[in-house]
Amino acid sequence: MPSTDDLKQRIEEAIPGAQADVTDLTGTGDHFRATVVAPEFAELSRIEQHRRVYAVFGADIGGPIHALSLVTKADQTP
Amino acid sequence: MSNPIRDEIQNAIDSHDVILFMKGVPERPMCGFSARTVAALDSLGASYAAVDILPDPRIRQELSAISQWPTIPQLFVKGELVGGCDIVTEMYESGELASTLGVSAPADAPDEAPAAAEPGAPPLQVHNNLAN
Repeated sequence: MPSTDDLKQRIEEAIPGAQADVTDLTGTGDHFRATVVAPEFAELSRIEQHRRVYAVFGADIGGPIHALSLVTKADQTP
Repeated sequence: MSNPIRDEIQNAIDSHDVILFMKGVPERPMCGFSARTVAALDSLGASYAAVDILPDPRIRQELSAISQWPTIPQLFVKGELVGGCDIVTEMYESGELASTLGVSAPADAPDEAPAAAEPGAPPLQVHNNLAN
């Protein structure tokens, strides 16, 4: 069962300069919410920002991770 | 290689200005994220087509292959993926959803997206013939 720390680590390792804040919505290790701030999001549309984060987890979304709710923001401070 | 389910999904996306792929049906969503998205659309009085992806796992699989989006629900407007529950909720709160859908936001719209479905005009239903 993935933990919030696992998700945070995977996002921050995969997306350069990213800061992720992950919470477990249900306490059951399968429904998460992540707020992700990353410099590269400045170049991406909102849809692309979310796709970028989903891509970190590949088939785990819909597998062990039943739901991952996202808030994404471009880094304001370079 | 022919892929009837994928063709059927693409055809549904192409032939409806606003179409929501969801778990369950608008009157009876089977997942909180689908319910929230339906509630946002309904509170704007938007008319939309809805497709339940639950009857056959291939629907979700093929939909995600088309949209490059792994989760449900998925809202399409004029053939383009607008987003899932998070983006639709964000857009509802900013007023962007109303303009994307070409409806006027109610003057008394709450700041936060409605949590549950409200009664309204029944949305157009797509006959779901994907589950054979």
